[in-house]
Amino acid sequence: MTDSYARLINTPVGARAARALGLPRPSELRRYRPGADALPGREVLVLGDAGTDSLAAGLLARGCSVYRHPEPRAAYAAVVADFTAAQDPADLQRTALDLGHALKGLAAHGRIVVLGRPGAPEDEPGLAAARAGVVGLMRSVAHEVRRGATCNALLLADGVEPGSDDAAGPLAFLLSTRSAYVNGQPLTVRAGGASRPTPTGPRGPDRRGDRGGAGIGAAIVRRLSRDGARVLLVDVPAAGEALAAVANEVGGVALQLDITAADAGRRIAEVAGARLGPIDVFVHNAGITRDKLLANMDEARWASVIAVNLSAQLAINRQLLESGELGAAPRFVSLASTSGIAGNRGQSNYAASKAGIIGMVAAEAERFAAAGGTVNAVAPGFIETEMTRAMPAVTREVARRLNSLQQGGVPDDVAQAVGFLASDAAGGVTGQTLRVCGQSMVGA
Amino acid sequence: MPDAYVLGGNRIPFARSHGAYAQIGNREMLTAAIDGLVARYGLAHQEVGEVAAGAVLKHSRDFNLTREAVLGSALAPTTPAYDVQQACATGMEAVWGLSNKIRLGQLDSAIAGGADTASDAPIVVSEGLRRRILELARARSLPQRLAAAVKVRPGDLKPQAPDTAEPRTGLSMGEHQAVTTAAWGIDRTAQDELALASHRGLADAYDRGFFDDLVTGFRGLARDGNLRPDTSLEKLGKLAPVFGRSLQEEASMTAGNSTPLTDGAATVLLGSPDWAAEHGLTPLARVVDAQVAAVDFVTGEEGLLMAPVYAVSRLLDRLDLGFADIDYFEIHEAFAATVLCALAAWESEEFCRERLGREAPLGAVDRSKLNVNGSSLAAGHPFAATGGRIVATLAKQLHAASAESGRPQRGLISVCAAGGLGVAMVLEADAAAG
Repeated sequence: MTDSYARLINTPVGARAARALGLPRPSELRRYRPGADALPGREVLVLGDAGTDSLAAGLLARGCSVYRHPEPRAAYAAVVADFTAAQDPADLQRTALDLGHALKGLAAHGRIVVLGRPGAPEDEPGLAAARAGVVGLMRSVAHEVRRGATCNALLLADGVEPGSDDAAGPLAFLLSTRSAYVNGQPLTVRAGGASRPTPTGPRGPDRRGDRGGAGIGAAIVRRLSRDGARVLLVDVPAAGEALAAVANEVGGVALQLDITAADAGRRIAEVAGARLGPIDVFVHNAGITRDKLLANMDEARWASVIAVNLSAQLAINRQLLESGELGAAPRFVSLASTSGIAGNRGQSNYAASKAGIIGMVAAEAERFAAAGGTVNAVAPGFIETEMTRAMPAVTREVARRLNSLQQGGVPDDVAQAVGFLASDAAGGVTGQTLRVCGQSMVGA
Repeated sequence: MPDAYVLGGNRIPFARSHGAYAQIGNREMLTAAIDGLVARYGLAHQEVGEVAAGAVLKHSRDFNLTREAVLGSALAPTTPAYDVQQACATGMEAVWGLSNKIRLGQLDSAIAGGADTASDAPIVVSEGLRRRILELARARSLPQRLAAAVKVRPGDLKPQAPDTAEPRTGLSMGEHQAVTTAAWGIDRTAQDELALASHRGLADAYDRGFFDDLVTGFRGLARDGNLRPDTSLEKLGKLAPVFGRSLQEEASMTAGNSTPLTDGAATVLLGSPDWAAEHGLTPLARVVDAQVAAVDFVTGEEGLLMAPVYAVSRLLDRLDLGFADIDYFEIHEAFAATVLCALAAWESEEFCRERLGREAPLGAVDRSKLNVNGSSLAAGHPFAATGGRIVATLAKQLHAASAESGRPQRGLISVCAAGGLGVAMVLEADAAAG
C-alpha cells in the first residue's frame, strides 16, 4: 500500500521541509525479511539487577555483545531494562535513569524491552504501585524514541525469571524485526509454556475477511505457510475465487463454509482431520463491518456482525476443543481490533464484537491450558489494506499518523504477531490481546 | 482391475450469455474451474494423471485448450492434457474416457471437464473470403496476387457467427425438438412444471449449502445467473412459444422451458481408491459403466435428441438393471420436452418393443428421483460443461444419500447431444464401503 507522505518525508528535501514545518516524520520501519531477522547491531545493553546474569548469558548465546552499564557516546542496538525486582516505586529510579542515559545511543530501528511483573489483586499497595509504574514508564519511552525504534514490556509472572526459556521466546520476538509495528505494549508471560511438547509444525484453518489476496488474511496464510504450516483456508462460498487463489499459492486446501453455520467447527475439524491431520494452529480472522450510528442501527447489521465476528468463534472453539482433532499443543489466535479497545463512532456493533474477542480469549485460557494449548488475540491498529484504502483521504491520513510511529502498519506486521503467538516461542503467552498498532493513541 | 471413482467436482457459476462472463473466454473459465478444484482438494503444484476437457464453440487458436488451461492453472506444469469434443456430451465423454484409463491402471487420477461460451464465440470469415486468402498465400508473383485479390466479392466480407443449426438439416435444435415434442404430444403445462421443478430443486440445493463444495464463485457471480428461485407456473405460462411455431400442432416450447445460451465451465476429479486414500479424499461414487448411441435424425426416422433413450436401454440391459434399481435419475434438460419425450418413450410399450427391442417397457421414472438438485433449465447449459456439472452433482447426491440411508445408491445419467448423439452413464455410491 502506498503512503505517499511517508515516502516524500524520507527524501532529503522532504525531510528538511517536515523539520522546518514541524510535520510528522515517520521513519521507514525495518521489517522482517528472510535472513534479516536480526537487530540493527549486536550491542545489547542490559540494565537492572535481578536475573540479569542469566539474561545476559542467553543474549550472549544468541551472538550478542552484552554491556552492563551505559557508556557515554556508546551505540546500542537494543536495551533490556529489568525492573522485576522492584518492590517499591523508589526502586524504579536507578534503572529508569540508566535507561534514559542509554536512549541517545540507541540505534535507528533499535529495540527496548522493559521487564516487569504483572500486578495481582493480592499485591501490597507499594508493590502494586511499582509494578504498574513500570508499564507507564515503558509507554512513555515508546512515545519518546524515534527513527523506527520501539519500546515494549514483558511482564514475567512470578516464577518466570528474565533468563528463563519461558521468557526467551517473547523476548526474541520483541527484539526482532518481526515486531516492527508493535510499540508501547505489555505482554504477560506465564511459567511452563516452553516445556510443553513441540508441535510438529503449525497448520490450521484461517478465516479470511479480506478479498483479493492482499489483505490481512492472505498475509497470515503466507506467514504460517512460510513458517512450515500446511494451511486449510475457510471462507464463505461467495468469496471462493479469492480463497482458491490464496490456497493454491501456498499449496493449501480451500473450504467454502459459512462459519455461522451451527456445525461449522465440526465440519472444519472433519476436513482438517481427513486432509491435513491434527490442527496445531487455528486463526480466527473473522471480520465484517456493517457500520451505522447506534441511533440508526438495525437488527440485520447488529446481528450479522456479532454472529460472524464473535458468536461463530465461540461455537467453533467449543466444537474444536471437543473434536479430538487438535494437536498436542494447539495455538488459537483471534483477530481483535483497536476499535474493540477504544470504541469507534458508528461501529458499536463491530466494537462490541471485537471487545468480545478480547474477553473471550481471556476467559478461554484455562480451557485451552487443559488441552495443552494457548489462546490469544491480536488487535491491529491502522493497517494499509484495500479496506483502509477505501477510507476518505483526510480520515485515512489522520488515522495513519495517530500513533507513535506516525504511520500505518502493513498486513505482514499483523501476520508476524499471529505467527509469533502460533509458535513454540509463545507457549507462556495465553489469554492475552497483543496490539499491533504502532502505539496508537486510540484506546492507549 | 481398479475401480474409477468420482472424488469431487468444481464448476464456476453458469452465466447467461453476454452477461457476467461476456468478456471471458473458454480457456479462462476452464482454468478457473480447474483452480477451484485444485484448491478444494489441496492439489496445488501437484501432478494429476491426465486432464481431458473440451469446448463445443471453440476458437481455432484454442486447438490445445485443455493443455493451455492446465499450464495457466495451479496444477504442476507436468500434468498432461488432451481435448475432447462430442457436442453437448463432451463432459460425459471426458469422464468416461478418463475413468476407463483409471480402470485399466493407466492413470491413478484425472480431471475431466468442459467449458463453453456463447458470448465469446468464434466468428469466422466467409468460405469465399477464406479461399481467396489461401489462394493469396499460395500466389508467388504480383500478377498472381492481384488476380487472387480481385476475386474477393463484397458478400465474402460478411463474418459468420456459429449457430445451433444442424449442418445436415438446417434446423435449429429447438425446431428439431419441436417436431419430436409434437410427435409425442407433450403439452405445455407438463413442460412448464418440469422447468419449475428444476428451478426449485436448484434454488433449494443452493440454500441448504449443497453446492458449497461443488461451485466456486467467479467474477462476482456466486450462483447460476439463470436461476429464478421465485419463478412460478403462472410466470412460466405467460411466456410466448419460440420453437415449433410453423408446425400444425400448438407451439409449446418457450424461453422458460428451453435452456438459454450459457457461459460456464465444470470439472470432475476422478481417481483410483488408492490415490484417493493417499490424498485423504473420500470416494463419492464409482463410475460403473457408460454407453453411447446415435440416431438417424437426418431422414426424420428419429428425433434429434432421442439418442440417450437408446443409450440408457442398452446400458441397463448390459448391467442387468431396471428403473427400479435406480435411486436417482439425472436427465439433461436441453429442453423440458426432451426429458418428457424420453420419459414417454420409456413408458411406451410400442416404442420399447419396436425401437428398443424390449419385451416390456422400461417403465415410469419416479419423478421424486428425477433431477432432484435442479438441472440445465435452471442452471443453464454451457454445452461442454454440462456433463461435468451433472456427474459431480449426482456423485455427491448419491454419496450423501448412501451415508444417510446406510445402503448403496445408484444413479443414472442421460445426456443428449447435437448430431443425434446421446450418452448414458451409471454411478454407484456405497458410503459404508468407503
